[in-house]
Amino acid sequence: MDGIAIRVDSLGKAYQIRHGAEVRDRRLSEMLTDEFQRWFRRGGDRQSTLETFWALRDLSFEVREGEVLGIIGRNGAGKSTLLKILSRITDPTNGRVEIRGRVASLLEVGTGFHPELTGRENIFLNGAILGMKFGEIRRKFDEIVEFSGVERFLDTPVKRYSSGMYVRLAFAVAAHLEPDILLVDEVLAVGDAEFQKRCLGKMQSIAGGGRTVIFVSHQLPSVVRLCEKALLIEGGQIRTSGKPEEVISVYRGAGTSEAINVHLPPDPKKYVQLTRVAIENDDSANGDLPLSLDRPILVRVRLTAIEPSRELALSFALLTTEGTVVFASNSPNAGADVSFAEPGEREVLLTFPGGQLLNREFVCRIALWSQSDGILDEYETAPVSFVARETQRLPVQLNGLVAGQIGWQVMEPVCQV
Amino acid sequence: MRRETLILEPGRAEKEYWRDLWRYRELFFMFAWRDIAARYKQTVVGVLWAVLQPLLTMIVMTLVFSNLAGLPSEGAAPYAIMVYAAMLPWQFFANSLSASGNSLVGNAPLISKVYFPRLVIPIASVITSFIDFLIAFSILIALMLIYQFWPSWRMMTLPIFTALAFLSALGPGLLLASINVKYRDFRYVIPFIIQFGLYISPIGFSTTVVREKLGETLFLFYALNPMVGVIDGFRWAILGGESTVYWPGLLISLTATITLLLIGIDRFKRAERTFADVI
Repeated sequence: MDGIAIRVDSLGKAYQIRHGAEVRDRRLSEMLTDEFQRWFRRGGDRQSTLETFWALRDLSFEVREGEVLGIIGRNGAGKSTLLKILSRITDPTNGRVEIRGRVASLLEVGTGFHPELTGRENIFLNGAILGMKFGEIRRKFDEIVEFSGVERFLDTPVKRYSSGMYVRLAFAVAAHLEPDILLVDEVLAVGDAEFQKRCLGKMQSIAGGGRTVIFVSHQLPSVVRLCEKALLIEGGQIRTSGKPEEVISVYRGAGTSEAINVHLPPDPKKYVQLTRVAIENDDSANGDLPLSLDRPILVRVRLTAIEPSRELALSFALLTTEGTVVFASNSPNAGADVSFAEPGEREVLLTFPGGQLLNREFVCRIALWSQSDGILDEYETAPVSFVARETQRLPVQLNGLVAGQIGWQVMEPVCQV
Repeated sequence: MRRETLILEPGRAEKEYWRDLWRYRELFFMFAWRDIAARYKQTVVGVLWAVLQPLLTMIVMTLVFSNLAGLPSEGAAPYAIMVYAAMLPWQFFANSLSASGNSLVGNAPLISKVYFPRLVIPIASVITSFIDFLIAFSILIALMLIYQFWPSWRMMTLPIFTALAFLSALGPGLLLASINVKYRDFRYVIPFIIQFGLYISPIGFSTTVVREKLGETLFLFYALNPMVGVIDGFRWAILGGESTVYWPGLLISLTATITLLLIGIDRFKRAERTFADVI
């Protein structure tokens, strides 16, 4: 295994899903009554069926020593299961993994903290849980404290810490474990921007020091910035791997570029709610055409009120898949009234002109709220991309999210004689 | 630096099991220390509780069995000391059993997020109860001073019987812990088991009394309760003098302890593989 830190060979993980009975929280009393019923009825009608669900299937890849590998994929694609296997929390069902060196995982840091204990005590506790020896922690104690920046609160119980301080301390401990292989889940999302930068810096210095990092993230820019290689997991299998930019473009392409039309099931507990959200081009009632970013884009929202609803307001926001708001709009600002004087249904149409967006993946978030009751209903669409037409493809791929309306003027060269 | 290669495949964890446990040995004390530190921080009465519980139970039992029922003590030992000598290992056993039985569920977030040998958790909770045992032990010394009762050389053998108490709590503790993960309502059964044990174990009365009532053969069945051997040992070590050990009984208790421990470890190891998926 020269130069290879991790070798994953046709790895699979299956979970048994029980239909008819919840497998998670089984109760002894339920099992006894079930047995009892079966005993008397022979066969019983509440027979639960087992279904095997493969969270990971036939996964193979290698990670070289010192490599920073980014793993991306949608929720439920199997990323967390993979990390759980690599960090030995759960056993694989089949296949084999070879890991060379000490592994530390940053899966949701701070889980090893005890809220009643002080920061100082928790450094020792968490270090030990992560596999550090007592002497080792004591040796690195000052360094850990300095990196975390919580010196002043070292003797305060961590239950009084802010979530940022919590994460800083936890990351500091894990980072100083000096692992050969570091597994990082979506943990950096909590800290402030400045600390995120330091964590990423620390991660890079870890990688620079011949250490291997596996980084699971939705923050695609960080994956591009940090990783040399990326892996896209879809449905428990590797969809593609290679340069982060290329993998990410496949990932982005995996979203829909077709018109969205979602009917939402009515919820009797809500007196007013969103019942349909659709995104289409102004003329694409014909459906299956890809959404074009050159034409005006239309968002249709249907509201259904069971009771008269006053002071209603509707908000719309277009976001990147990482959660940055590109632009937003709302009915009070637009001077539009969406209230219901009596029970009923109405449609609200939002239009924005074409040519504004670049070929990226976006998410639309729609919220229904009122001054008195706050948010009443909310919906976020699946990622959707707006595709440029064949004829209007740009010769050079652009950075950014929106198509800047920039006037270019190139002067004739002046001859200098 | 040569790096160790770790291989993960189905059933592989089995082979490294004990070596891994040894590697994480410091964690036992870390977890025990965490529980103790947290408990004594939250409640000022934490220490007091460790003392009051056995002390009050001892007083009640002395009143009932000695003053009301008129049962004899063992040899020349004051009845209160005889009861307390049994109360100590019993409390240790009862606390360990309920703490280790609930330990896995109590540490669920940790189990589903970080790897370490799972066996550390129930064992650490037995160690935590051991600290309470040591605190309660100070009451024994106070009692001895009050009654002017001086122990003999046999007191030196107490660590052996303490170790036996440790093992006899661990076996059922592991068993309960693994059942508890699978069936969440099992925790309601644990207090009942403990209460039941308090009555059937020879705590408020001498084993000699039981043996005389039951006869030799039946007593051997009675000795299947691991606590019978442990309590006998404690009394033999603490009371000295005429207090005797009934060897066949001790041997049976010892066998029961070891059997339960092996079953407990086996069950635990089997259940362990799916903890993270179930918990």
